[in-house]
Amino acid sequence: MNSPPLSQRTSVLGWLKQNLFATPLDSIITVVSSLILIMLLPPLFEWLLFDADFIGSTKDDCDLNGACWVFIKERLVQITYGFYPYEELWRVNLSFLVVGIGIFASLTGRLGSQSIWLALTSTVIPIGAWFVLRGDILGFSEVETAKWGGLMVTLIISFVGISFSLPLGVALALARRSSLPILRLLSTIFIESWRGVPLITVLFMSSVLFPIFLPPDWQMDKLLRALFGVLFFASAYMAEVVRGGLQAIPKGQEEAANALALSYFQKQRYIVLPQALKYVIPGITNVFISLLKDTTLVSIISMYDLLGIVQSANSDPEWPGLATEGYVFVGLIFWIICFGLSRYSMSIEKKQNLKPR
Amino acid sequence: MFLFFKKSCVYLAAMFSSVVLLAGLSSMALAEKKDEKKKESQAAAGATLASVKKAGFLKCGVSQGLPGFSSTDAKNNWTGLDVDFCRAVAAAVFNDPTKVKFTPTSAKERFTALQSGEVDLLSRNTTWTASRDTALGFDFAGVTYYDGQGFLVPKKMKITSAKQLEGATVCVQTGTTTELNLADYFKSNNMKYKHVAFETNDEVIKAYEAGRCDAFTTDRSGLYSTRTKMKKPNDHMVLGDVISKEPLGPVVRHGDNQWGDIARWTVYVLVEAEELGVTQGNVDAQKKSTKNPVVRRLLGLDGELGNKLGLDNSWSYQVLKHVGNYAEVFERNLGMSTNLKIERGLNALWSAGGLMYAMPIR
Repeated sequence: MNSPPLSQRTSVLGWLKQNLFATPLDSIITVVSSLILIMLLPPLFEWLLFDADFIGSTKDDCDLNGACWVFIKERLVQITYGFYPYEELWRVNLSFLVVGIGIFASLTGRLGSQSIWLALTSTVIPIGAWFVLRGDILGFSEVETAKWGGLMVTLIISFVGISFSLPLGVALALARRSSLPILRLLSTIFIESWRGVPLITVLFMSSVLFPIFLPPDWQMDKLLRALFGVLFFASAYMAEVVRGGLQAIPKGQEEAANALALSYFQKQRYIVLPQALKYVIPGITNVFISLLKDTTLVSIISMYDLLGIVQSANSDPEWPGLATEGYVFVGLIFWIICFGLSRYSMSIEKKQNLKPR
Repeated sequence: MFLFFKKSCVYLAAMFSSVVLLAGLSSMALAEKKDEKKKESQAAAGATLASVKKAGFLKCGVSQGLPGFSSTDAKNNWTGLDVDFCRAVAAAVFNDPTKVKFTPTSAKERFTALQSGEVDLLSRNTTWTASRDTALGFDFAGVTYYDGQGFLVPKKMKITSAKQLEGATVCVQTGTTTELNLADYFKSNNMKYKHVAFETNDEVIKAYEAGRCDAFTTDRSGLYSTRTKMKKPNDHMVLGDVISKEPLGPVVRHGDNQWGDIARWTVYVLVEAEELGVTQGNVDAQKKSTKNPVVRRLLGLDGELGNKLGLDNSWSYQVLKHVGNYAEVFERNLGMSTNLKIERGLNALWSAGGLMYAMPIR
């Protein structure tokens, strides 16, 4: 650790004066905001922790002076897995474990070749996981997607949206800047039409309108339809973020690559994309985070995601009036995931900046 | 500059025309499909029962969560009045109330789910209105719960009728028909009132609990479930007055009359059984020993009603054996033994001052 230069080392009092009470206006702001905190924090923590009830199994075990976490505890399995049958939960755990290992290995490269893991995690593993979860094959009993719910559905939609929208978005962005007019036109139409409608419309179309287009004996799973909707929607946004990065690359880079007689794909792979993607990491993270939160919209097409399952739990006549607990809990989970994503993207940024160009 | 402008104009025109072309094509396809669907459903008498039997289970659309009507407990079991009606129909068809696949539907999605065949029966606290019956192409099979707008007041106000609410401040959710009904009611009774409107139902409850208004109005089933959410439910009461009509019942697709009949007569069997005192507990004994011709017809011992519906002649016995009569269903889900504590009121039998009346089964 480097200690700061002597001129910046100060006592506690000095630090306070410098940072909180430098000017009269600063002092007023400091005093007012600490008063607000003093007023708000103790009741908040009393409700959240000190007066809250954790032990028991029915609503009568809660005295309702504070939060009734018994409600969440009793429903934790349902909040995590939805209506997935109890005796089959190992299938969910197994799938998520394998996908988790795949993600870990392809991001860190600690379990062998990163590109092999990346290829597996984006093809074989998710498709395999789908069949294990869905069942009706290889002796697994069928669990239709209507029974999936809770955190599990939120994570599935986010995983598909996040991991597939980046490659698709990169392809679309390259196509939109391509010199081939038809490719450019198609990509532009795709991006603008998906960006031009709200996600809620996309979901509703996928759930209600799309089956009407299909031949009567064709059946496509509702969750799968929603997944494709979310994926295309996210990749249109992703394409524009990536295009922003592509435009930031000076023309000289490409010209230099041309001078080296690199092919189009070599040029993009080794010269343009590594630089462009680095510029847009914050933008990409932004798309990921907003996608994760947008998954709650699937409740409009009657799928129980994390938020939906808690809302449905609120309608249990045995547990009335505990909406606040449910919403706080869901908010906390979303915050943890989104904050994790954001910290991870910051660590990548740091790593990238340390690398020489 | 000009060249650039011209170029982008061409692109825009190309994009626009392709979008128009796509939209045109798809709407044509849609229209054709719709015609086909219409023909299908018109000609589909008996098709629903056949497809339900073939699938081996009933696809029943329910609410995503409404206390007492349809909700799930921590063990993923569905409970509620609407849910039990689905089970009754499943019992009628399969002699097994578990052969139901519950499909939760949102308020926006429920009708398309029924139209597209995603569900065979919609039992989702749906109000019977003329436009739904005609324009949307549905049939209502009956009324399983007579709801209507009412008032919740603190007991300490010591009033017994909404007529005593002269000059009261009433909390209401904004932009709903509830608000209009409220205005109509006070106007027609020549009474003055102040109303405080809020965006969401949760806000209304909070305001009422904080004492910002003397009364809270919404549909009575909603008032009862709201009351359970309050800190001291027993300090509040629902007034007897009902100021609007909200008959809730199961819905089927228009055109398949056989399936509509099955749903309709399932409702009547539940009510008729209550009237005749046939319960889940005594239905076996009644079946063995009863001499009463009305009960014998109800249980399918005389007559051919079951066969005429395309079901087993003991279908009504199966319904009562597995689900119970209307009173039992009501008490189990909404009645005094539950947290909701809803009085029978309009939903009592016609002979007890309510509106529940079964057409004769003969």
